[in-house]
Amino acid sequence: SALCPQWPYCRKHCSYCSFNKYVVPAVDEVAMGACLVQETRTLLRLSQVQSVTSIFFGGGTPSLASPRTIAAVLEAVAGAVHLPARTEVTLEANPSSAGTRRLADFKAAGVNRLSIGVQSLSDAELRLLGREHTAAEVRSTVEEARGLFPGKTSLDLIFGLSGQNQEAWTQGLEAALALSDDHISLYQLTLERGTLVAAQVWGGVLPAPTQDLLAEMYQAARAVLVAAGFRHYEVSNFARKGALSTHNLSYWRAEQYIAVGPGAHGRFVPQGEGSCCWEARVQTLEPDAWMQEVQSRGHGTRRRVVLRPLEQLEEVLVLGLRTDEGITHTRSQHASPHLSLEAVFGALGETKALQQQGWLVLDSNGLCCTSEGLALLDSLLPDLLCQLQRC
Amino acid sequence: MSLAGRTATWWVRLRSPCPAFSSLCVASWLPAGLAACERLYSSRSKDKLDMSVYPVESIRNFSIIAHVDHGKSTLADRLLEITGTIAKTTQNKQVLDKLQVERERGITVKAQSASLFYKHEGVNYLLNLIDTPGHVDFSYEVSRSLSACQGVILVVDANEGIQAQTVANFYLAFEAQLAIIPVINKIDLKNADPERVEKQIEKLFDIPTDECVRISAKQGTNVEKVLQKVIEKIPPPQCNTGDPLKALVFDSTFDHYRGVIANIALFGGEIQKGHKIVSAHTKKRYEVNEVGILTPNEQPTQKLYAGQVGYLIAGMKEVTEAQIGDTLFLYKQPVEPLPGFKSAKPMVFAGMYPVDQTEYNNLKSALERLTLNDSSVTVHRDSSLALGAGWRLGFLGLLHMEVFNQRLEQEYNMSVILTAPTVPYKAILSSAKLIKEYGQTEMTIINPAQFPDKLSVSEYLEPTVLGTIVTPHEYIGKIITLCQDRRAVQKDMLYIDEHRVMLKYLFPLNEIVVDFYDALKSLSSGYASFDYEDAGYQAADLVKMDILVNGNPVEELATIIHNDKAYATGKFLCERLKDAIPRQLFEIAIQAAVGKKIIARETLKAYRKNVVAKCYGGDITRRMKLLRRQAEGKKLMRKIGNVEVPKDAFIRVLKRQTDK
Repeated sequence: SALCPQWPYCRKHCSYCSFNKYVVPAVDEVAMGACLVQETRTLLRLSQVQSVTSIFFGGGTPSLASPRTIAAVLEAVAGAVHLPARTEVTLEANPSSAGTRRLADFKAAGVNRLSIGVQSLSDAELRLLGREHTAAEVRSTVEEARGLFPGKTSLDLIFGLSGQNQEAWTQGLEAALALSDDHISLYQLTLERGTLVAAQVWGGVLPAPTQDLLAEMYQAARAVLVAAGFRHYEVSNFARKGALSTHNLSYWRAEQYIAVGPGAHGRFVPQGEGSCCWEARVQTLEPDAWMQEVQSRGHGTRRRVVLRPLEQLEEVLVLGLRTDEGITHTRSQHASPHLSLEAVFGALGETKALQQQGWLVLDSNGLCCTSEGLALLDSLLPDLLCQLQRC
Repeated sequence: MSLAGRTATWWVRLRSPCPAFSSLCVASWLPAGLAACERLYSSRSKDKLDMSVYPVESIRNFSIIAHVDHGKSTLADRLLEITGTIAKTTQNKQVLDKLQVERERGITVKAQSASLFYKHEGVNYLLNLIDTPGHVDFSYEVSRSLSACQGVILVVDANEGIQAQTVANFYLAFEAQLAIIPVINKIDLKNADPERVEKQIEKLFDIPTDECVRISAKQGTNVEKVLQKVIEKIPPPQCNTGDPLKALVFDSTFDHYRGVIANIALFGGEIQKGHKIVSAHTKKRYEVNEVGILTPNEQPTQKLYAGQVGYLIAGMKEVTEAQIGDTLFLYKQPVEPLPGFKSAKPMVFAGMYPVDQTEYNNLKSALERLTLNDSSVTVHRDSSLALGAGWRLGFLGLLHMEVFNQRLEQEYNMSVILTAPTVPYKAILSSAKLIKEYGQTEMTIINPAQFPDKLSVSEYLEPTVLGTIVTPHEYIGKIITLCQDRRAVQKDMLYIDEHRVMLKYLFPLNEIVVDFYDALKSLSSGYASFDYEDAGYQAADLVKMDILVNGNPVEELATIIHNDKAYATGKFLCERLKDAIPRQLFEIAIQAAVGKKIIARETLKAYRKNVVAKCYGGDITRRMKLLRRQAEGKKLMRKIGNVEVPKDAFIRVLKRQTDK
């Protein structure tokens, strides 16, 4: 099983981010750390997993936590279940919060992969996004990170900003490529309700890029990265030299993951309760409330929803098709022993039409999107779900 | 607690004689309220009123007519209070306006009656107030109400002066040869200018200024004087209790427990429980169960006598049995029936569909029940590929349509799709085949699908109306431009005082059914008023315009339109449809065509990228929900060729423009 502990605090709000994060004057790091450790233990026990296959510290801004806290959580995992020596342990870091000393300390604590929230290499764009750092800080942080985590440093970039044109994007991407290691994530800016950017765009203060421009930016970026030897292995993720993110892959393969921390979402079977049902679990959002719950009953799970087999299959489909491998027959069989991909999508119906259009492929490997189909996935999924629901 | 409270359906139950109760308890439909109502009801029904103490000479039957918001209903409230008909409290607001829609919009839709008892110079008078709707859409109701009256109170706002509906209503009363008492209301307002209004009345209606009564219905100022004028100026009805029974049915309502309740005016004789009566219209025989007066709730009486106005319950099961305008007489004592009324003619048609087809039967029964109380709505079954099974309804006018729709929503909790209103066109046929098919040379076209080809028609006709606009003169320029743009022809222009102008225009009806009123209001900052009356048909160069999606015609968007307007409307419809259809995986051409000729085109480009960038832990549940909803939505899509069109796309295109 994968494990994703959440550090819910940030130093400031970014203008585009709608994640569950908190900007507070003083963080009670000791208490928060202790609670993360405690909930990790509780949930691992509840899941009865034998080993943890990857760990991803997300947030918030987990690089704001002290390396000691990260180490404590890792120790808790190692104390509870089998944690193989080379297990991928990723930390999300912001360029401004990750000094060289700290990065080394994180490494010493057990972190072996870094995902850096670069977002852009233009100071103007960084200001628009409400980021704290500058392009210069990005460069130094990435260089230091690559020194410490060679082949294991990933960069996040955002495109589709207000006023950004194709040329600016390509230039930014080239600059990032020159700086990059073997993993890059490219996220199209999504307007989320409640964020400043969305309010400005919907209020007409900021222009929104056209659909066509976004499509062109995406295509251009794909071409650039593929030419540079990257494999486009998920809608927004690119890796070369096999530097795929193990953790995220397990998520797209709809495997179990245990989420720890305020507002964390997980999917696992609570075997410790004797259950064999796949559950969607959400932890209490607000950090103080979450901590109180963890202190009083060992965990802060706020909501548990049992997923029916059909719902689980729907998730397998929706997540799996985001990857270049798609849904393999093996995985499909694992998820639903009684229903093969052929049985669901092989017959005449929506999927057939989508295959004929060249957007989907169903072959001996399994079901996956073509390169054109991947960009249109959200328009394909409703049809696929319709067909799945009829079975 | 204000009576303007928006409690759905309470009015339905209010037909019981406990006005004090009803004015205090907003939620009177609650079971406890009902029980209280029934108790009151039974205790009162024991001592039925003796109406013989009101001979014809002491009876006055009258209506109040006015433009919307000029205070008609407030005056009615005061009259009811002064005469002790209802308790005097600060909560009496529009007591006669029982429908929620009436209270919300401050209009009267359904005429109500109330009998008032008033002592003047030692004589006990019975004053029957028959409330009327203010808007021309309901002029049919107005004329119906006026047929039971001998006089009217014409209320004009001291600030706004004569408005379009004042004019229309005045002429209805004038043509019915009724006594008219002009009343200038709202003299307590800061900007009131009763003198100016008196001059307008003199100029337009030829009534001497000194005949006007200046009142404030809100504060009760001079309202007594209005009552005295009613007694002095309105003649008592001309009829005799000694004559055989002759009762005019001027309205009817339907009660689920008691069947049809007919509002009647006695033009001769008397009527009481046990009488056997016959309808002149249907020749059906009934036995009277109950008679009474409305105060304004039903109060049973021993009898009703000539000249009086009240209600009758006689075992009629369907509203159609109580035909409005019908004459009732005693069994074996037939009389010459009263002239009756022309049936109301629908002027505006619109398709009505349930939002969800599974609601079809519920909507059907709601429509049936609502039309029981509003027989002027015509109902024809219709169906549309996009919207499913539904109806094509005919309304007296736009307000009527809106009010009907609102009543469906409020009183029956029905949410419906209403298509853009259309008007009944006509075609003079020249093709022998079509003439044979329709049995006559003229056909009425309600649905664009029926539009006959130009080759088989010698002439198309469109309905017209004579519109009256009253406006402050500074807006004349803009209004004239608006009217010309709507193909209207000016018929008259008259300054009713130094600042106000009355314009008369002959409009093609279809030019005003959609958004004319809103346009007029917005360009005159709300100051211009508008009213219209039927003005027959005129020849028109009509064409049928089709909307094509990737070359396939969309039946429900076909429109009959004047040739001069085809291009602009085609462009507009294409643009609107383009906005309403989501982008798809391929390009979509949206075209407007007259015959084979394409007159407008919009292109909806194909999606090139539509995949959410980030899909991690947090979103997935929300995301799955959205995708499932979209998958669910697929099943509700209308397929036109290979294009999937969401139903609400049609709704958005077909819906009236103002509801954007």
